[in-house]
Amino acid sequence: MSEGSLFLAWRSMLVREILLAMRRKADVLTTLFFFLIVVSLFPLGVGPELETLRLIAPGVIWVAALLAAMLSLGRLFSDDYDDGTLEQILLLPHSLSMMVLSKVFAHWLLSGLPLVLFSPLLGMQLGLDSDAIVLLMITLALGTPALSLIGAVGAGLTLGLRGGGVLVSLLVLPLYIPILIFGAGAVESASSGLGAEAHLSILGAFFIVALVVTPISTAAALRISLD
Amino acid sequence: MGFKNSIIWMYFSSPRNFYPIAGKVIPWFAGLAAIFTIIGLYISFFLAPPVLSDQKEYYVIIFIHVAAAWMSMFIYVVMSMYAFIGLVWNIKMSEMMATALAPTGAMFTFVALWTGALWGRPSWGAYWVWDARLTSELILLFLYIGFMSLQSAIDDPRRAARASGLLAIVGVINIPIIYFSVRWWNTLHQGFSVAPNQTTQLVDPSIFWGMITMALACWMYTIAVVLARVRTEILQRERQTAWVQELVGNQK
Amino acid sequence: MNAITDFFHIGGYGFYVWGSYGVTALFIAIEIYLVVRGKRVITKRLARLGRLNNNANAS
Repeated sequence: MSEGSLFLAWRSMLVREILLAMRRKADVLTTLFFFLIVVSLFPLGVGPELETLRLIAPGVIWVAALLAAMLSLGRLFSDDYDDGTLEQILLLPHSLSMMVLSKVFAHWLLSGLPLVLFSPLLGMQLGLDSDAIVLLMITLALGTPALSLIGAVGAGLTLGLRGGGVLVSLLVLPLYIPILIFGAGAVESASSGLGAEAHLSILGAFFIVALVVTPISTAAALRISLD
Repeated sequence: MGFKNSIIWMYFSSPRNFYPIAGKVIPWFAGLAAIFTIIGLYISFFLAPPVLSDQKEYYVIIFIHVAAAWMSMFIYVVMSMYAFIGLVWNIKMSEMMATALAPTGAMFTFVALWTGALWGRPSWGAYWVWDARLTSELILLFLYIGFMSLQSAIDDPRRAARASGLLAIVGVINIPIIYFSVRWWNTLHQGFSVAPNQTTQLVDPSIFWGMITMALACWMYTIAVVLARVRTEILQRERQTAWVQELVGNQK
Repeated sequence: MNAITDFFHIGGYGFYVWGSYGVTALFIAIEIYLVVRGKRVITKRLARLGRLNNNANAS
């Protein structure tokens, strides 16, 4: 169990995840399309006045990102759980936390990163100026990994349960709310002239704490669900 | 001495031994709860000053609001400790205590939010504001609900207890956030009434003692209700054992 | 008489104060009721299941 072999296992897990996802592109794309559609609903529902839209834009885009993240969590472990691969992963000689981290990283690359990359489009649609859009991208880049990491704990706890999707959302929502508050709050704070450094620091702190705490928790959750 | 203590501990961690002991002490705690409630209400309504410098007569809500808020946080911490012990050392009794604590904790959280809203309306002009303390207390309610939902969604009681236990432990980060939110952020909610290391008292002594008495009343009540609930949980989870069958009236 | 009505009136804020304490008392009553009823239901159900079991074993 040398360091080299752990890294190899980590990397091959990552490659496997991405390969599998590429074969079923629909799964990945639906998350992105959901994100785009939800945001597009707001001008239709609230009215096309750009002033109003600009005010609610950070919050709307962040809530849509949250919802898209929650929807995508179902895919994280369920396929491997259904065909027995997950049990095999648990039996690997490598640290389960590291394997989980690899899976979560792949999940973020496929579900979170697209949201970050497409957010400027939505920002423009809702009338944000370029400074706000850049800041929004940064908050999403900091926040979506935390969403994936924390969501993994919820996904691990609810393996194979009925009503899985809604239940996972219910469980992770209390932990997502602070990220939403600071993510959207950063953009609003900057646009009102107060600066977003504090918000960004806290978002960064959430990310680091999630990075340290959640892989172990998710590993524990998987063991609980599979025993 | 340590050996003797661990024997006592192992004795009570058996549901069969815990059941009758719990049953015996419940009336005592219920009685204490009733006494403290009467004293607390008396202080609240008759001894405490009718108005404060910045608050009118409605401020008496403080006696139930603060007690409920303290209990909501305290119960969650205790619940996650029992969950941790149950998870790490595989002690069923500990898992059951965590399960039994959740509904009472959720109740107090709701009461704290409700009484806070009814206090906020006359004093701030709004039933609700999205400041740090109110939002984090609302998150606490969601955490309790999530805990109870996850438990009821899993059929196997062992997996249910362990999964929700892990959830409770992960969510415990919220408690210090609630408590220190009024110090860390500019909130509309007032600051500490009874600060952690305050030597001089911030408030009138009768108010202080009113809050303490009501808090004790809530605490005694919680112990009584949770012990009663855990007895039902024991019956449910140990239903296959001979002693439970005897208890419900079926001789084997 | 005035003292009693003043007590309930609480300077015009009676709605808020009694709304708070009243709802709390209500929830506490509901919780106690649910716990007591839960125990009774479980005891009855386990007794019935045990009897059914015994009958099945005996026959």
